[in-house]
Amino acid sequence: MRNTKKDWLLAGLTGLSLLVILLFLAILLGQIVWNGAPVISVKFLTESPGADMVSGGIWPAIYGTVFLTLLMTLAGVPVGIATAIFLNEYASPRSRLAKLVRIAVNNLAGVPSIVFGLFGLGFFIIFVGGGIDSLFYGDSARVWGKPSILWASLTLAVLTLPVVIVTTEEALKTVPREIRDASLALGATRFQTVYKIVLPNAKGGILTGVILAVSRGAGEVAPIIFCGAANFLPYLPTDLRDMFMHLGYHVYALATQSPNVDAARPTLYGTVLVLLMLTFSLNLLAVILRARSRAALRP
Amino acid sequence: MTEQTLEAGEGTQATETRRRISFRPPRARSKLASSFRTPLWHRVAERMIAVLALAAIAAIALIFIFIAREAAPMFWESDFAQEVQLKDLFIAKQWKGYEEPVYIWQPVGEPAKFNVIPLFVGSLKVTLLAMLMSVPLGIGCAMFVALYAPRAVREVVKPTIELLAGIPSVVLGFFALMVLASWAQATFGFHFRLNAVVAAVGLALTIVPVIFTISEDAIQSVPRTLTEAALALGARKYQVAIRVVLPAALPGIAAGVVLGFGRAIGETMIVLMASGNAAIMDLFDFTTSVRTVTATIAAELGEVAQGDPHWRVLFLLGVMLFGVTFVLNIVGDLAIQRLHKKLTAGS
Repeated sequence: MRNTKKDWLLAGLTGLSLLVILLFLAILLGQIVWNGAPVISVKFLTESPGADMVSGGIWPAIYGTVFLTLLMTLAGVPVGIATAIFLNEYASPRSRLAKLVRIAVNNLAGVPSIVFGLFGLGFFIIFVGGGIDSLFYGDSARVWGKPSILWASLTLAVLTLPVVIVTTEEALKTVPREIRDASLALGATRFQTVYKIVLPNAKGGILTGVILAVSRGAGEVAPIIFCGAANFLPYLPTDLRDMFMHLGYHVYALATQSPNVDAARPTLYGTVLVLLMLTFSLNLLAVILRARSRAALRP
Repeated sequence: MTEQTLEAGEGTQATETRRRISFRPPRARSKLASSFRTPLWHRVAERMIAVLALAAIAAIALIFIFIAREAAPMFWESDFAQEVQLKDLFIAKQWKGYEEPVYIWQPVGEPAKFNVIPLFVGSLKVTLLAMLMSVPLGIGCAMFVALYAPRAVREVVKPTIELLAGIPSVVLGFFALMVLASWAQATFGFHFRLNAVVAAVGLALTIVPVIFTISEDAIQSVPRTLTEAALALGARKYQVAIRVVLPAALPGIAAGVVLGFGRAIGETMIVLMASGNAAIMDLFDFTTSVRTVTATIAAELGEVAQGDPHWRVLFLLGVMLFGVTFVLNIVGDLAIQRLHKKLTAGS
């Protein structure tokens, strides 16, 4: 009798911890949707903020976030996919180099996001940007060596690299070995096999990885604080060297630096809701895609 | 005619590839391989893949080098030496107007005081508090999902917690700042509205998914033979869970905890928004405001001139943070590898 009680106790305690987490999640989402939904309107989504940052809409922040993540994807995804192909298709699992790459990928995933911010500032802006400036524009000019959407997106590309690599590798692993062997046996080269057989079969999984990386990148704020995010910009970024507004940074700036937080509250909730909808819909898409590509490969 | 030679070429190519099937990168090209006309762009692409694969290694190296590059001149620059003594970064100093040697971070004071110890104490306080909440929750959740939950529940819960992991940290910071802080102050009567406890709750929400995912994986990978043997010997389910499954999955769970710790100590936006950011050096009072290493970098770097002593110290903080998380990551990875070795050796 006591033993059955202990059985129930353990099940109950562990179940309770799950309930606590789900409860927090529910409160969080409930608060944000409840307070944010009334704020969202076509005007809110398509207009620029007023000079006080609180009135008007958040269009420049939406535009900046999308532009930023687009650049990030263009820069980071090809590198990530190439690394995954190398690890899974070319390198032997016992090779030193492959092991080293794997350790680097795992470590890169654990580097704090603020350290990426320092890296973006120290490497991209000061070293690369400053280097270009002193080569082509003379020492005092600051054309490339300043915070901009280009450097911010490259920093985020490095940050999201591990996400792309790990998910792509998983996708490549789901492609059955037999298909590769069949292709090789028919006389295809290794590259032809990868390009014509493995990649098309792993398409869904790779796309999942890309979407997850985009969702991660869209929500990161710490790395872009010094790399190009602007508090308030009256114009949309059109040039790679422009600064930009960003949904997450807008939330941070409004919540901590606004003189009147109570007045900013509706705008804040609205912005948070837009940011959450963006990342959630991307994540949901990724979950669905992954389930589908797994089902397609199941024999 | 040309078709025939092509076929012959392909045949030899096939045997050539068969030999290479051990998944090694192609080494020196044999005569046969070069006589077979692979399009140039295939060869270029293969080279590109090999080169791009080094990007992750390069990134880690560049991150370290270029953060250290901004911090390192503190060891020889005379500007820096005039304003700050290196030992004052770590050791308590008797400042004018203070009764005893103190650890103090006051970068805009006159003279500027750059002792990093209060910041690390702040980081550790918030992180430990967050771990205290998230470790039991994360492991409990993982046990429930892996051992008790019916399949249907599991299929819902896992994506839901992944969803939690997908919430941007700035949103969690906002939630802690706007909702949790006021609620906690009203309920518990905290003196400071923003304090270590509030920030830690926000942080815990980001670490729970890390600990949950890795622990759940570890528990699932415990071979069924082990649990079935224990059940057959007459053990009750809770005994199997606590005495068989948990010990077997321990390295994996430990890895989850270590990686969660690394995540928490490096988290920026939540602590920046919800911890109050006052560098109060108080080891045991968790209801005071704290200033963490990450929040200090994020809040101060924007207002410092490049090359200033303050700038160098902030980059030094970055180097130290990088070092700490680097070690934690290596330890976590080793623990996961050990788990796999242990469990595959047993079967």
